[in-house]
Amino acid sequence: MAKILMKGNEAIAEAALRAGATNYFCYPITPQTEVAEYLAKRMPDYGGVFLQAESEVAVGNMLFGAASTGKRVFTSSSSPGISLMQEALSYMAGAHLPCVIINIMRGGPGLGGILPAQSDYFQATKGGGHGDYRILVLAPSNLQEAVDLTMLAFHLADKYRNPAMIIGDGMIGQMMEPVEFPEKYVEEELPVKTWAATGASGRKPLIIKSLFLDPNALEHNNILLKEKYDQMAKEEVRFELYKTGPKNRILLVSYGTMARICQTAIDALEAEGISVGLFRPISVYPFPHSQLREEISRPNVESVLTIEMSMGQMLEDVERAVAERKPLAFFGRTGGIVPSPEEVIEQIRKLLDAQPAPRKAKKA
Amino acid sequence: MNQFEVTMAGFGGQGIMLAGQLLSYTGLKDGKNVVWIPSYGPEMRGGTAYCTVVISDIRIGSPIINTPTCACVFNRPSFDKFAPRVKPGGLLIVNSSLINVSTDRKDLTEIQVPATQIAIDAGNGRATNIVVLGAFVGATGVVKYDTLISVVEEKLGKKKELFEINRRVLDMGYKIGRERAAQRSHA
Repeated sequence: MAKILMKGNEAIAEAALRAGATNYFCYPITPQTEVAEYLAKRMPDYGGVFLQAESEVAVGNMLFGAASTGKRVFTSSSSPGISLMQEALSYMAGAHLPCVIINIMRGGPGLGGILPAQSDYFQATKGGGHGDYRILVLAPSNLQEAVDLTMLAFHLADKYRNPAMIIGDGMIGQMMEPVEFPEKYVEEELPVKTWAATGASGRKPLIIKSLFLDPNALEHNNILLKEKYDQMAKEEVRFELYKTGPKNRILLVSYGTMARICQTAIDALEAEGISVGLFRPISVYPFPHSQLREEISRPNVESVLTIEMSMGQMLEDVERAVAERKPLAFFGRTGGIVPSPEEVIEQIRKLLDAQPAPRKAKKA
Repeated sequence: MNQFEVTMAGFGGQGIMLAGQLLSYTGLKDGKNVVWIPSYGPEMRGGTAYCTVVISDIRIGSPIINTPTCACVFNRPSFDKFAPRVKPGGLLIVNSSLINVSTDRKDLTEIQVPATQIAIDAGNGRATNIVVLGAFVGATGVVKYDTLISVVEEKLGKKKELFEINRRVLDMGYKIGRERAAQRSHA
């Protein structure tokens, strides 16, 4: 198929349809409302259900109910709306139900603002709701990737019977870029959903629940969940390296929109003969800890600079990977302010000035 | 050209977003990498609206452009905001029907286009954006003019009468842009 120009929110919506999503529940919120607008128009063509609920709390529970039937279900919202859904996400994780959540993040905390931010990294990657659980989180940095990862999220949600989330920011939602959709969405075969509540005629009724009053049964459920997260860490880690190599003195770690801005900064510095590399996590849960550790361990890397549109959230995962092997620095802007490439360059220069270039070893 | 960035700015209703989108479609059709970004945020009615288009031969990094290669400004507040931001050596296209000043910057080229007047004279004041778009492509050649014509026809060709006006003012804008750019290079 030829490339077409689409707004991020619309491209994500179209990707979900093509991945076989049939049930979409929503409540409008900037900067992602075009997802709902697009699906209100297009969902009927696919014979699916579009439903605008009375609140995000209701959306969460509608997802829970619809997911129990084995359909591909999803929602999209932005930070405060996602918070309201957390109870249902926890229930779905506990009940082993697949579901896809699109979070086009905005500045917080509280009602915050409507401009781009990466403010919900903790909430997305560390569980979000109550209880001992994780959801799989993917972070696209351009619109083609947003399309590809949205489709993949439906597959992974089914594969692990677990909620999967796409986190983007207002920039991903609002900008237009060329995207290409596959003629036909091909995915690895998945097991038949024998767990789905599709009517009990001819078989025993199924029970889908997250309530286990027997502590042994509850612990057993937690062990099953942990096994899934361990499998994700083995099979679902995704990341990209940009201009990494033996000449890098500094390695940047950044994801999503922020990573593209870092790429521009890296290109500009390269033209001056300064070599900087970028490690970009694509899956932020599971986080590519060991892959990042390998990159920062190279002898030429003098320090690691994490850059986010937050006060330092992914930073904690980077700290875990680096584990004091190399000096760590951080730069972040918040509140909807997107750092410019010039600001990133300034931070890199500061860091380089603070650590004079290593002298070449004299011959004995 | 490696990368060209243009910010289009005016007030709501002047077709700023559409002009940027038409340019993006044209870039895409020409086989370039493109990004279109609107200003989104709290705005009051009558405030400024702007969008930025990046057209590039290489992978586009930052979609946020603080200092564009070119700014097309449709009203005075946009002139005040964006004229100082254009990169040195860049281009400023001014809708002189609504902006009665010119920049005192000596390090850029300014092209004055009476775009709103041209559009009104042609029978549709709302075609201001198409005049400016024509002038921009005439002055820069960033995308192929033939491709732009085909995109305008594709996207705005449904209402025949309006399309004929758009088509006419596109040519007028294009000619002005091309002539002024030629004068500049012979000066």
